[in-house]
Amino acid sequence: MRFVPLTNPSRWRTLQVSSLAVLVALLIVGIVFALSGVNPLTAYWEMLRGTVLDSRGLAEVARRVIPLLLIGAGLTLAFRAQFFNIGAEGQLLFGAMAAGGVALFLPVTPLTLPLMFAAGALAGGGLALLAAWLRQRFAVNEILSTLMLNYGAFYLMLYLIGGPWKGKNVRGFMYSDEFAAGAQLPMIPNTLVHYPTLILAILLAIALQILLTRTTLGFELRVVGENSSAAKYAGLNTSSIVTVMALITGGLAGLAGVGEVAGIHHRLLEPGQISLGYGFTAVIVAWLARGNPGLTLLTAPLMAVILAGGDVLKISLNLPFRIVDVFSGVMLLSLIASEIFITNKLVWSQIKPTATR
Amino acid sequence: MLILDEPTSVLTPQEAESLFSVMRGLRGTGKSLIFISHKLEEVLSICDTITVLRRGRVVGNLPTLGATKEGLAELMVGRSVNFERKRVSPVLETPLLEVANLNAKSARGLPALRDVSFTLHRGEVLGVAGVAGNGQSELIEVLAGLRPSTGRVALEGKILEGGAAQRFKAGVAHIPEDRIEMGIVPTMSVAENLTLREYGSAPLANGFWKDSSAIDRNALEAVRAFYIATPSIHTQARLLSGGNIQKVILARELAGNAKLILAVHPTYGLDIGATDQVHRTLLERTERGAAVLLVSEDLEELMSLSDSIAVLYHGSLRGPFPVGSVTKQQIGLIMTGADISNLETDLEPVGVA
Repeated sequence: MRFVPLTNPSRWRTLQVSSLAVLVALLIVGIVFALSGVNPLTAYWEMLRGTVLDSRGLAEVARRVIPLLLIGAGLTLAFRAQFFNIGAEGQLLFGAMAAGGVALFLPVTPLTLPLMFAAGALAGGGLALLAAWLRQRFAVNEILSTLMLNYGAFYLMLYLIGGPWKGKNVRGFMYSDEFAAGAQLPMIPNTLVHYPTLILAILLAIALQILLTRTTLGFELRVVGENSSAAKYAGLNTSSIVTVMALITGGLAGLAGVGEVAGIHHRLLEPGQISLGYGFTAVIVAWLARGNPGLTLLTAPLMAVILAGGDVLKISLNLPFRIVDVFSGVMLLSLIASEIFITNKLVWSQIKPTATR
Repeated sequence: MLILDEPTSVLTPQEAESLFSVMRGLRGTGKSLIFISHKLEEVLSICDTITVLRRGRVVGNLPTLGATKEGLAELMVGRSVNFERKRVSPVLETPLLEVANLNAKSARGLPALRDVSFTLHRGEVLGVAGVAGNGQSELIEVLAGLRPSTGRVALEGKILEGGAAQRFKAGVAHIPEDRIEMGIVPTMSVAENLTLREYGSAPLANGFWKDSSAIDRNALEAVRAFYIATPSIHTQARLLSGGNIQKVILARELAGNAKLILAVHPTYGLDIGATDQVHRTLLERTERGAAVLLVSEDLEELMSLSDSIAVLYHGSLRGPFPVGSVTKQQIGLIMTGADISNLETDLEPVGVA
């Protein structure tokens, strides 16, 4: 058994391998279900029935698509430029804080919501930029810095809602006052789907796809990501390209944070309640899209079904909600392990040793 | 049995000759040797029988006695190759590149260039010889705008400034040492690689937007003009042979109005057909007024292409010498740091600024 490199791996093969990887993940998680005493088929059926086959379930999926799509689309771009941003969770929280600041402390005008989105994008982008700057200036690995900055954002949020931004009438609870009506996003009635953010997310995913494939900036981004010495040789301004890319990926995560607080919670509250690990799940969304922001339009809903399905499993089958973490973990592992099959094919025959005399 | 795979690529001619005498000694004691090389003179001088491989197949198996350079080359490429290069010596009147007191440090922070000064004229090919690691890479990087330096570098009388992109616009083309690591983006298509220099300006781009039909047209033109063998212009560059990758680089670098061509080992690892094409292209450009700074470890190549030859030894430049005034052996001696004052009776340095 050995791997033989393929000269020209096709898109079709990428699709096949990715689908197979998802299938393998489903099989492995099925074993976990079986070990917890639940028939895997029952579990998967319940997940489907409670999400895509149910109108309320579908709304729950849509609600989760919003942050996953925003963050995932931005991450595909970052991964393309070899900037491994694992800090979308923190950037999301920064976006939420900035939006909260605008909503709580500035006079409410018709411009409040646009201002919240702008502030959120800047705050999230700024946090990613810090990591990019640390990498360029001091060669700090961005995986570590973005990951650590998640904790910074987490505790800053806790400090704000427990201290200076704590609501006036919330007694022992840790959250801010409710945002004024002018700082709340409209929702599809009877759901938690703040559709302005959903539309924004879809448009941005398409826009990033166009940016990547049709513009000179997209070309530069790919050169920097795919061969940094060629980028240097051709005189590309790598640092400004990475700066723009960090602003985009962090900015989109920031927008996701704005959507969550302005659309669903209408106040700042504990980080774990604002984001259900979207920043990490979106890494899988981006990885599954194999570097194409546009494909997150398919992969974000897939991961949203799994996240929403976790809630269903908790309620109908009494499984722990953390089963979705198992799901995400196995999925990512399976996807990364499948990479080699995209560019190589497996040959079962043994290499025949050359005849020697 | 001893197998030697391209053993002479980092040796001076003198060192190669002493390697050969060791090899002859081993043969005398009854040992068998396999000598793998692309340098035909060496093969003809050291071997008893010659086997020619082309694309993984044995295409010839012949005794050295009676074999000729032309015959071997023909077997290697599958068609006849003309070794006679009729280099018309240009009139060196107009200085194109003036370099004075250039100093630069290596990546490890050690002095790599020490007070390098020379003048390169329009239409001139200046060969730079030297054992690898004596400052050749740094000299090229400095001129290409990839390495900081002190001293004066002027192109057509104007001080050459800025980074790589700015210098390319000023007319500095760079055929890099490591063509796959530096010269191309292996995972991008041939068409995209051909735009690496000018992707951002008309006609390849319309402001912020790439013009994909202009990019394709540019690629088709380059493929035709430089005989790039590729299944399609959308094939990933990494799938091309070394020679065709080099042609992609040449096509891209020479697309603009290249005045100064920095060529580092431009034919290293290429078959004779591609080598010939690279050489002809470079010489053609000099006839149109460009100048070539050619760094090569292949003295044959340097002697046959250059109008003058300089040697880098420990970061100092010796020469340039007009190509007819020095022998291969003398160049080899200077490469090892021999005191040139002893040689100066025979040599006439020219163009030292």
